[in-house]
Amino acid sequence: MQKRILLLSVWLAFLTMMLPVSAAEISVFAAASLTDSLKKIATTYEKQSGDKIIFNFGASSLLARQIEEGAPADVFFSADEAKMDALERKGLIIGETRKSRLSNTLVIVVAIDSVLKIISPEDLTTPAIKRIVLADPRTVPAGIYAKAYLEKRKLWAAVEGKVVPTDNVRAALAAVELGNVEAGMVYKTDAAISRKVKVACEIPASEGPTISYPIAVLKESRNAGAARKFVQYLNSPDATRVFQTYGFIVLK
Amino acid sequence: MENGDWQLVWFTVWVSILSTLLILPFGLAISWLLARREWPGKSIVETLVSLPLVMPPVATGLILLKLLRGRGSKGGFFHFYFDLDIVFTWRGVLVALCVMSFPLFVRSARVAFEEVNPRLEQIARTLGAGNFRVFCTITLPLASRGLVGGMLLAFARALGEFGATIMVAGNIPGRTSTLSLAIFQSVQLGQDAYAFRLLGISVTLAFAAVWGSEWFMRRRKH
Repeated sequence: MQKRILLLSVWLAFLTMMLPVSAAEISVFAAASLTDSLKKIATTYEKQSGDKIIFNFGASSLLARQIEEGAPADVFFSADEAKMDALERKGLIIGETRKSRLSNTLVIVVAIDSVLKIISPEDLTTPAIKRIVLADPRTVPAGIYAKAYLEKRKLWAAVEGKVVPTDNVRAALAAVELGNVEAGMVYKTDAAISRKVKVACEIPASEGPTISYPIAVLKESRNAGAARKFVQYLNSPDATRVFQTYGFIVLK
Repeated sequence: MENGDWQLVWFTVWVSILSTLLILPFGLAISWLLARREWPGKSIVETLVSLPLVMPPVATGLILLKLLRGRGSKGGFFHFYFDLDIVFTWRGVLVALCVMSFPLFVRSARVAFEEVNPRLEQIARTLGAGNFRVFCTITLPLASRGLVGGMLLAFARALGEFGATIMVAGNIPGRTSTLSLAIFQSVQLGQDAYAFRLLGISVTLAFAAVWGSEWFMRRRKH
Protein backbone atom coordinates (compact mmCIF):
# COMPACT_ATOMS: atom_id res chain seq x y z
CA MET A 1 0.00 0.00 0.00
CA GLN A 2 2.79 2.38 1.04
CA LYS A 3 4.69 1.50 -2.10
CA ARG A 4 1.66 2.29 -4.22
CA ILE A 5 1.28 5.69 -2.59
CA LEU A 6 4.96 6.43 -3.17
CA LEU A 7 4.66 5.37 -6.78
CA LEU A 8 1.61 7.54 -7.23
CA SER A 9 3.35 10.59 -5.75
CA VAL A 10 6.38 10.13 -7.96
CA TRP A 11 4.12 9.74 -10.96
CA LEU A 12 2.19 12.90 -10.04
CA ALA A 13 5.39 14.88 -9.56
CA PHE A 14 6.53 13.70 -12.94
CA LEU A 15 3.24 14.72 -14.50
CA THR A 16 3.52 18.20 -13.02
CA MET A 17 6.89 18.67 -14.63
CA MET A 18 5.52 17.69 -18.02
CA LEU A 19 3.40 20.80 -18.14
CA PRO A 20 4.86 23.63 -20.20
CA VAL A 21 7.74 25.41 -18.53
CA SER A 22 9.10 28.58 -20.08
CA ALA A 23 12.56 28.29 -21.58
CA ALA A 24 14.12 31.15 -23.56
CA GLU A 25 10.82 32.89 -24.11
CA ILE A 26 9.75 36.45 -23.75
CA SER A 27 6.25 37.42 -22.86
CA VAL A 28 4.95 40.51 -24.63
CA PHE A 29 1.78 42.18 -23.40
CA ALA A 30 0.57 44.42 -26.23
CA ALA A 31 -2.46 46.48 -27.18
CA ALA A 32 -5.07 44.61 -29.21
CA SER A 33 -4.63 46.95 -32.17
CA LEU A 34 -1.05 45.69 -32.57
CA THR A 35 -2.10 42.05 -33.00
CA ASP A 36 -1.44 41.56 -36.70
CA SER A 37 1.65 43.73 -37.11
CA LEU A 38 3.45 42.38 -34.05
CA LYS A 39 2.69 38.78 -34.92
CA LYS A 40 4.22 39.31 -38.33
CA ILE A 41 7.30 40.99 -36.88
CA ALA A 42 7.67 38.24 -34.30
CA THR A 43 7.63 35.48 -36.91
CA THR A 44 10.66 37.04 -38.60
CA TYR A 45 12.37 37.82 -35.30
CA GLU A 46 11.93 34.30 -33.95
CA LYS A 47 13.67 32.84 -36.97
CA GLN A 48 16.51 35.35 -36.74
CA SER A 49 17.18 35.25 -33.03
CA GLY A 50 15.98 31.82 -31.90
CA ASP A 51 14.01 33.40 -29.08
CA LYS A 52 10.34 32.64 -28.69
CA ILE A 53 7.76 35.38 -28.29
CA ILE A 54 4.55 34.69 -26.41
CA PHE A 55 1.93 37.36 -26.94
CA ASN A 56 -0.88 38.49 -24.74
CA PHE A 57 -3.00 40.92 -26.73
CA GLY A 58 -5.79 42.83 -25.10
CA ALA A 59 -6.97 46.19 -23.90
CA SER A 60 -3.95 48.08 -22.55
CA SER A 61 -5.96 48.84 -19.42
CA LEU A 62 -6.54 45.14 -18.74
CA LEU A 63 -2.90 44.27 -19.47
CA ALA A 64 -1.59 47.00 -17.19
CA ARG A 65 -3.87 45.71 -14.47
CA GLN A 66 -2.63 42.16 -14.97
CA ILE A 67 0.98 43.38 -14.72
CA GLU A 68 0.16 45.23 -11.53
CA GLU A 69 -1.39 42.07 -10.15
CA GLY A 70 1.73 40.09 -10.85
CA ALA A 71 1.39 38.65 -14.33
CA PRO A 72 4.79 37.44 -15.58
CA ALA A 73 5.50 39.74 -18.52
CA ASP A 74 8.74 40.96 -20.04
CA VAL A 75 7.58 43.74 -22.37
CA PHE A 76 4.58 46.05 -22.29
CA PHE A 77 3.46 47.83 -25.48
CA SER A 78 0.60 50.10 -24.56
CA ALA A 79 -1.82 52.10 -26.69
CA ASP A 80 -1.64 55.15 -24.47
CA GLU A 81 0.86 56.89 -22.23
CA ALA A 82 -1.42 56.90 -19.18
CA LYS A 83 -1.22 53.12 -18.70
CA MET A 84 2.57 53.22 -18.96
CA ASP A 85 2.71 56.17 -16.57
CA ALA A 86 0.72 54.18 -14.02
CA LEU A 87 3.20 51.31 -14.20
CA GLU A 88 6.16 53.68 -14.07
CA ARG A 89 4.78 55.32 -10.94
CA LYS A 90 4.57 51.90 -9.32
CA GLY A 91 8.17 51.21 -10.26
CA LEU A 92 7.28 48.30 -12.52
CA ILE A 93 9.14 49.31 -15.67
CA ILE A 94 12.79 49.85 -16.51
CA GLY A 95 12.53 53.59 -17.12
CA GLU A 96 15.41 53.87 -19.55
CA THR A 97 13.81 51.36 -21.93
CA ARG A 98 10.60 53.38 -22.25
CA LYS A 99 10.05 54.90 -25.65
CA SER A 100 7.02 56.15 -27.59
CA ARG A 101 7.11 54.12 -30.77
CA LEU A 102 3.97 54.52 -32.76
CA SER A 103 1.01 56.72 -33.42
CA ASN A 104 -2.35 56.06 -35.00
CA THR A 105 -5.53 57.82 -36.10
CA LEU A 106 -9.19 57.22 -35.45
CA VAL A 107 -11.87 56.38 -37.97
CA ILE A 108 -15.62 55.91 -37.90
CA VAL A 109 -16.52 52.56 -39.43
CA VAL A 110 -19.73 50.95 -40.60
CA ALA A 111 -20.48 47.46 -41.89
CA ILE A 112 -19.32 46.95 -45.44
CA ASP A 113 -22.89 46.65 -46.71
CA SER A 114 -24.23 49.56 -44.69
CA VAL A 115 -26.22 52.20 -46.50
CA LEU A 116 -25.89 54.82 -43.81
CA LYS A 117 -24.39 58.12 -44.80
CA ILE A 118 -21.81 59.32 -42.31
CA ILE A 119 -19.71 62.09 -43.78
CA SER A 120 -18.71 63.83 -40.58
CA PRO A 121 -18.77 62.97 -36.89
CA GLU A 122 -21.86 65.15 -36.45
CA ASP A 123 -23.82 62.51 -38.39
CA LEU A 124 -23.41 60.22 -35.41
CA THR A 125 -26.07 62.23 -33.61
CA THR A 126 -28.76 61.46 -36.19
CA PRO A 127 -31.54 59.09 -35.09
CA ALA A 128 -30.61 56.61 -37.83
CA ILE A 129 -27.57 55.73 -35.75
CA LYS A 130 -29.00 53.94 -32.74
CA ARG A 131 -25.88 52.29 -31.37
CA ILE A 132 -22.24 53.27 -31.58
CA VAL A 133 -19.65 50.80 -30.37
CA LEU A 134 -16.47 51.98 -28.69
CA ALA A 135 -13.82 50.18 -26.73
CA ASP A 136 -14.84 51.01 -23.16
CA PRO A 137 -14.35 54.79 -22.96
CA ARG A 138 -13.75 54.63 -19.23
CA THR A 139 -10.54 52.64 -19.41
CA VAL A 140 -9.53 51.31 -22.83
CA PRO A 141 -7.22 53.69 -24.76
CA ALA A 142 -9.15 53.43 -28.03
CA GLY A 143 -12.35 54.41 -26.26
CA ILE A 144 -10.67 57.15 -24.25
CA TYR A 145 -9.26 58.71 -27.42
CA ALA A 146 -12.66 58.46 -29.14
CA LYS A 147 -14.47 60.04 -26.21
CA ALA A 148 -11.89 62.83 -25.97
CA TYR A 149 -12.41 63.63 -29.63
CA LEU A 150 -16.20 63.58 -29.38
CA GLU A 151 -16.04 65.84 -26.33
CA LYS A 152 -13.81 68.22 -28.23
CA ARG A 153 -16.41 68.38 -31.02
CA LYS A 154 -19.13 68.89 -28.39
CA LEU A 155 -20.87 65.70 -29.54
CA TRP A 156 -20.31 63.48 -26.51
CA ALA A 157 -23.45 64.52 -24.63
CA ALA A 158 -25.58 63.73 -27.66
CA VAL A 159 -24.08 60.32 -28.42
CA GLU A 160 -23.26 59.09 -24.93
CA GLY A 161 -26.59 57.31 -24.65
CA LYS A 162 -25.92 55.37 -27.82
CA VAL A 163 -22.52 54.04 -26.82
CA VAL A 164 -22.04 50.28 -26.50
CA PRO A 165 -18.76 49.63 -24.67
CA THR A 166 -16.62 46.57 -25.42
CA ASP A 167 -13.60 45.09 -23.68
CA ASN A 168 -11.13 46.10 -26.35
CA VAL A 169 -10.91 47.74 -29.74
CA ARG A 170 -10.95 44.46 -31.68
CA ALA A 171 -14.21 43.47 -29.99
CA ALA A 172 -15.58 46.85 -31.09
CA LEU A 173 -14.45 46.11 -34.64
CA ALA A 174 -16.15 42.71 -34.50
CA ALA A 175 -19.39 44.28 -33.34
CA VAL A 176 -19.45 46.49 -36.42
CA GLU A 177 -18.53 43.56 -38.67
CA LEU A 178 -21.39 41.49 -37.32
CA GLY A 179 -23.90 44.29 -37.82
CA ASN A 180 -24.81 44.39 -34.14
CA VAL A 181 -24.35 48.16 -34.14
CA GLU A 182 -24.80 50.86 -36.76
CA ALA A 183 -21.36 52.40 -36.39
CA GLY A 184 -18.20 52.29 -34.36
CA MET A 185 -15.00 54.18 -33.75
CA VAL A 186 -11.76 52.25 -34.00
CA TYR A 187 -8.19 52.87 -35.10
CA LYS A 188 -7.50 53.33 -38.79
CA THR A 189 -5.18 50.34 -38.58
CA ASP A 190 -7.99 48.08 -37.31
CA ALA A 191 -10.32 49.13 -40.13
CA ALA A 192 -7.54 48.37 -42.57
CA ILE A 193 -7.26 44.69 -41.61
CA SER A 194 -10.96 44.03 -41.72
CA ARG A 195 -12.73 43.08 -44.91
CA LYS A 196 -16.15 43.41 -43.41
CA VAL A 197 -16.16 47.09 -42.53
CA LYS A 198 -15.63 50.26 -44.48
CA VAL A 199 -14.36 53.59 -43.29
CA ALA A 200 -17.17 56.12 -43.28
CA CYS A 201 -15.19 59.03 -41.97
CA GLU A 202 -11.55 59.57 -41.07
CA ILE A 203 -10.39 61.78 -38.23
CA PRO A 204 -7.18 63.38 -39.43
CA ALA A 205 -4.23 63.36 -37.06
CA SER A 206 -4.23 67.14 -36.86
CA GLU A 207 -7.81 67.24 -35.54
CA GLY A 208 -7.89 64.06 -33.53
CA PRO A 209 -6.39 63.31 -30.12
CA THR A 210 -2.65 62.73 -29.82
CA ILE A 211 -2.33 58.98 -29.98
CA SER A 212 0.91 57.52 -28.71
CA TYR A 213 1.99 53.89 -28.19
CA PRO A 214 4.81 53.60 -25.63
CA ILE A 215 6.83 50.43 -25.12
CA ALA A 216 8.98 49.40 -22.16
CA VAL A 217 10.77 46.42 -20.62
CA LEU A 218 9.34 45.42 -17.25
CA LYS A 219 11.50 45.48 -14.16
CA GLU A 220 10.48 42.02 -12.99
CA SER A 221 11.29 40.47 -16.35
CA ARG A 222 13.27 37.26 -16.08
CA ASN A 223 14.69 37.67 -19.56
CA ALA A 224 15.54 41.36 -19.55
CA GLY A 225 18.40 40.85 -21.98
CA ALA A 226 16.26 39.06 -24.55
CA ALA A 227 13.44 41.52 -23.93
CA ARG A 228 15.68 44.52 -24.62
CA LYS A 229 16.91 42.83 -27.76
CA PHE A 230 13.35 42.43 -29.02
CA VAL A 231 12.48 46.03 -28.19
CA GLN A 232 15.61 47.09 -30.08
CA TYR A 233 14.51 45.01 -33.05
CA LEU A 234 11.20 46.87 -33.08
CA ASN A 235 13.22 50.01 -33.85
CA SER A 236 14.85 48.38 -36.86
CA PRO A 237 14.04 49.32 -40.48
CA ASP A 238 12.44 45.89 -41.05
CA ALA A 239 10.02 46.29 -38.17
CA THR A 240 9.35 49.91 -39.06
CA ARG A 241 8.38 48.84 -42.55
CA VAL A 242 5.92 46.27 -41.21
CA PHE A 243 4.30 48.81 -38.90
CA GLN A 244 3.97 51.27 -41.77
CA THR A 245 2.45 48.62 -44.02
CA TYR A 246 -0.27 48.12 -41.47
CA GLY A 247 -0.91 51.85 -41.35
CA PHE A 248 0.83 52.88 -38.15
CA ILE A 249 2.66 56.17 -37.92
CA VAL A 250 6.17 55.42 -36.73
CA LEU A 251 7.60 58.02 -34.36
CA LYS A 252 11.27 58.89 -34.49
CA MET B 1 -9.27 20.17 -35.70
CA GLU B 2 -6.25 22.33 -36.20
CA ASN B 3 -3.03 22.49 -34.26
CA GLY B 4 -4.07 25.39 -32.07
CA ASP B 5 -7.32 23.64 -31.19
CA TRP B 6 -5.45 20.53 -30.05
CA GLN B 7 -3.21 22.55 -27.75
CA LEU B 8 -6.28 24.17 -26.24
CA VAL B 9 -8.15 20.92 -25.66
CA TRP B 10 -5.02 19.18 -24.41
CA PHE B 11 -4.25 21.96 -21.95
CA THR B 12 -7.85 22.16 -20.68
CA VAL B 13 -8.16 18.40 -20.17
CA TRP B 14 -4.67 18.08 -18.70
CA VAL B 15 -5.02 20.82 -16.12
CA SER B 16 -8.52 19.58 -15.22
CA ILE B 17 -7.19 16.06 -14.59
CA LEU B 18 -4.34 17.45 -12.53
CA SER B 19 -6.67 19.60 -10.44
CA THR B 20 -8.94 16.60 -9.78
CA LEU B 21 -5.96 14.55 -8.60
CA LEU B 22 -4.65 17.43 -6.52
CA ILE B 23 -7.86 17.91 -4.54
CA LEU B 24 -7.98 14.19 -3.68
CA PRO B 25 -5.89 14.07 -0.50
CA PHE B 26 -7.48 17.05 1.19
CA GLY B 27 -10.88 16.24 -0.31
CA LEU B 28 -10.87 12.68 0.96
CA ALA B 29 -9.80 13.83 4.41
CA ILE B 30 -12.47 16.52 4.69
CA SER B 31 -15.30 14.38 3.34
CA TRP B 32 -14.38 11.49 5.63
CA LEU B 33 -14.33 13.84 8.62
CA LEU B 34 -17.67 15.31 7.63
CA ALA B 35 -19.14 11.82 7.19
CA ARG B 36 -17.77 10.14 10.26
CA ARG B 37 -17.07 12.75 12.90
CA GLU B 38 -18.91 15.42 14.83
CA TRP B 39 -17.27 18.46 16.35
CA PRO B 40 -18.29 21.95 17.45
CA GLY B 41 -18.14 24.24 14.45
CA LYS B 42 -18.72 21.41 11.97
CA SER B 43 -21.45 23.42 10.28
CA ILE B 44 -18.99 26.27 9.69
CA VAL B 45 -16.65 23.88 7.92
CA GLU B 46 -19.52 22.51 5.85
CA THR B 47 -20.49 26.03 4.82
CA LEU B 48 -16.95 27.10 4.00
CA VAL B 49 -16.43 24.04 1.84
CA SER B 50 -19.65 24.74 -0.05
CA LEU B 51 -18.91 28.44 -0.55
CA PRO B 52 -17.18 28.23 -3.94
CA LEU B 53 -20.23 26.37 -5.20
CA VAL B 54 -22.57 29.19 -4.36
CA MET B 55 -20.48 32.34 -4.58
CA PRO B 56 -20.12 34.05 -7.93
CA PRO B 57 -17.06 32.40 -9.48
CA VAL B 58 -15.52 35.78 -10.25
CA ALA B 59 -15.78 36.69 -6.57
CA THR B 60 -13.93 33.52 -5.61
CA GLY B 61 -11.41 34.33 -8.32
CA LEU B 62 -10.87 37.80 -6.92
CA ILE B 63 -10.12 36.40 -3.46
CA LEU B 64 -7.64 33.95 -4.98
CA LEU B 65 -6.03 36.72 -7.02
CA LYS B 66 -5.36 38.81 -3.95
CA LEU B 67 -4.04 35.84 -1.99
CA LEU B 68 -1.73 34.54 -4.69
CA ARG B 69 -0.28 37.65 -6.30
CA GLY B 70 3.42 37.56 -6.95
CA ARG B 71 5.43 40.37 -8.49
CA GLY B 72 3.63 43.58 -9.22
CA SER B 73 3.16 46.33 -6.73
CA LYS B 74 3.13 44.17 -3.62
CA GLY B 75 4.99 40.89 -3.84
CA GLY B 76 3.30 37.96 -2.18
CA PHE B 77 4.14 34.89 -0.15
CA PHE B 78 4.73 32.43 -2.97
CA HIS B 79 6.81 34.78 -5.01
CA PHE B 80 8.98 35.82 -2.11
CA TYR B 81 9.71 32.41 -0.68
CA PHE B 82 9.54 30.14 -3.68
CA ASP B 83 10.11 32.49 -6.60
CA LEU B 84 7.02 30.99 -8.12
CA ASP B 85 4.66 32.77 -10.46
CA ILE B 86 1.11 31.68 -9.89
CA VAL B 87 -1.26 34.33 -11.13
CA PHE B 88 -1.61 34.60 -14.90
CA THR B 89 0.20 31.31 -15.44
CA TRP B 90 -0.99 27.71 -15.78
CA ARG B 91 -0.54 27.36 -12.02
CA GLY B 92 -3.19 30.02 -11.55
CA VAL B 93 -5.55 28.05 -13.76
CA LEU B 94 -4.78 24.96 -11.68
CA VAL B 95 -5.56 26.71 -8.40
CA ALA B 96 -8.80 28.16 -9.74
CA LEU B 97 -9.94 24.75 -10.97
CA CYS B 98 -9.02 23.07 -7.68
CA VAL B 99 -10.94 25.57 -5.60
CA MET B 100 -14.02 25.57 -7.81
CA SER B 101 -14.32 21.78 -8.16
CA PHE B 102 -13.45 20.98 -4.53
CA PRO B 103 -17.00 21.42 -3.11
CA LEU B 104 -18.50 19.12 -5.73
CA PHE B 105 -16.04 16.36 -4.93
CA VAL B 106 -16.55 16.70 -1.19
CA ARG B 107 -20.31 16.52 -1.50
CA SER B 108 -20.20 13.29 -3.50
CA ALA B 109 -17.40 11.75 -1.46
CA ARG B 110 -19.14 12.50 1.81
CA VAL B 111 -22.26 10.67 0.63
CA ALA B 112 -20.10 7.77 -0.55
CA PHE B 113 -18.46 7.49 2.86
CA GLU B 114 -21.74 7.82 4.69
CA GLU B 115 -23.09 4.89 2.74
CA VAL B 116 -20.37 2.56 3.97
CA ASN B 117 -21.84 0.51 6.80
CA PRO B 118 -20.02 1.67 9.94
CA ARG B 119 -20.52 -1.77 11.44
CA LEU B 120 -18.11 -3.23 8.92
CA GLU B 121 -15.50 -0.70 10.05
CA GLN B 122 -16.16 -1.56 13.69
CA ILE B 123 -15.81 -5.27 12.98
CA ALA B 124 -12.45 -4.65 11.34
CA ARG B 125 -11.32 -2.70 14.38
CA THR B 126 -12.32 -5.48 16.75
CA LEU B 127 -10.14 -7.76 14.67
CA GLY B 128 -7.17 -5.50 15.43
CA ALA B 129 -6.91 -3.18 12.43
CA GLY B 130 -5.77 0.39 13.12
CA ASN B 131 -7.74 3.38 11.85
CA PHE B 132 -5.66 3.97 8.76
CA ARG B 133 -5.78 0.32 7.81
CA VAL B 134 -9.55 0.26 8.25
CA PHE B 135 -9.78 3.28 6.00
CA CYS B 136 -7.62 1.78 3.27
CA THR B 137 -8.93 -1.75 3.28
CA ILE B 138 -12.61 -1.31 4.22
CA THR B 139 -13.92 2.23 3.82
CA LEU B 140 -12.11 3.24 0.66
CA PRO B 141 -12.87 0.17 -1.44
CA LEU B 142 -16.53 0.18 -0.41
CA ALA B 143 -16.88 3.87 -1.16
CA SER B 144 -14.81 3.69 -4.33
CA ARG B 145 -17.59 3.88 -6.88
CA GLY B 146 -19.10 6.95 -5.29
CA LEU B 147 -15.64 8.49 -4.98
CA VAL B 148 -14.87 7.93 -8.64
CA GLY B 149 -18.26 9.40 -9.52
CA GLY B 150 -17.35 12.43 -7.41
CA MET B 151 -13.98 12.74 -9.13
CA LEU B 152 -15.60 12.68 -12.54
CA LEU B 153 -18.05 15.35 -11.42
CA ALA B 154 -15.19 17.50 -10.15
CA PHE B 155 -13.38 16.92 -13.45
CA ALA B 156 -16.44 18.02 -15.42
CA ARG B 157 -16.71 21.16 -13.29
CA ALA B 158 -13.04 21.92 -13.81
CA LEU B 159 -13.45 21.54 -17.57
CA GLY B 160 -16.11 24.23 -17.66
CA GLU B 161 -14.61 26.69 -15.19
CA PHE B 162 -14.61 30.30 -16.37
CA GLY B 163 -15.19 33.07 -13.82
CA ALA B 164 -12.47 32.28 -11.31
CA THR B 165 -10.04 31.26 -14.05
CA ILE B 166 -10.29 34.50 -15.98
CA MET B 167 -9.74 36.46 -12.76
CA VAL B 168 -6.72 34.56 -11.54
CA ALA B 169 -5.12 33.55 -14.80
CA GLY B 170 -6.46 35.86 -17.48
CA ASN B 171 -6.92 34.53 -20.99
CA ILE B 172 -3.45 34.26 -22.47
CA PRO B 173 -3.44 32.16 -25.64
CA GLY B 174 -1.03 29.27 -25.36
CA ARG B 175 -0.48 29.89 -21.68
CA THR B 176 -3.71 30.07 -19.72
CA SER B 177 -6.43 29.88 -22.32
CA THR B 178 -8.90 27.09 -21.64
CA LEU B 179 -11.84 25.94 -23.76
CA SER B 180 -14.37 28.14 -21.99
CA LEU B 181 -12.13 31.22 -22.07
CA ALA B 182 -11.42 30.64 -25.75
CA ILE B 183 -15.12 30.35 -26.56
CA PHE B 184 -15.82 33.63 -24.79
CA GLN B 185 -13.03 35.46 -26.56
CA SER B 186 -13.84 34.09 -30.00
CA VAL B 187 -17.46 35.19 -29.67
CA GLN B 188 -16.24 38.64 -28.60
CA LEU B 189 -14.08 38.83 -31.69
CA GLY B 190 -16.84 37.61 -33.99
CA GLN B 191 -15.14 34.31 -34.84
CA ASP B 192 -18.36 32.34 -34.83
CA ALA B 193 -17.17 29.26 -36.70
CA TYR B 194 -14.28 28.82 -34.31
CA ALA B 195 -16.53 29.39 -31.31
CA PHE B 196 -18.95 26.69 -32.43
CA ARG B 197 -16.16 24.23 -33.08
CA LEU B 198 -14.90 24.73 -29.54
CA LEU B 199 -18.45 24.53 -28.26
CA GLY B 200 -18.84 21.10 -29.86
CA ILE B 201 -15.67 19.85 -28.20
CA SER B 202 -16.78 21.29 -24.85
CA VAL B 203 -20.16 19.63 -24.98
CA THR B 204 -18.65 16.28 -25.95
CA LEU B 205 -16.14 16.35 -23.12
CA ALA B 206 -18.69 17.45 -20.53
CA PHE B 207 -21.19 14.87 -21.71
CA ALA B 208 -18.63 12.07 -21.46
CA ALA B 209 -17.52 13.16 -18.00
CA VAL B 210 -20.98 13.49 -16.50
CA TRP B 211 -22.28 10.34 -18.18
CA GLY B 212 -19.31 8.44 -16.77
CA SER B 213 -19.94 9.94 -13.37
CA GLU B 214 -23.58 8.86 -13.38
CA TRP B 215 -22.60 5.37 -14.46
CA PHE B 216 -20.29 5.02 -11.46
CA MET B 217 -22.88 6.45 -9.11
CA ARG B 218 -25.52 4.03 -10.35
CA ARG B 219 -23.31 1.01 -9.88
CA ARG B 220 -22.78 1.88 -6.21
CA LYS B 221 -25.77 -0.03 -4.88
CA HIS B 222 -24.61 -3.53 -5.39
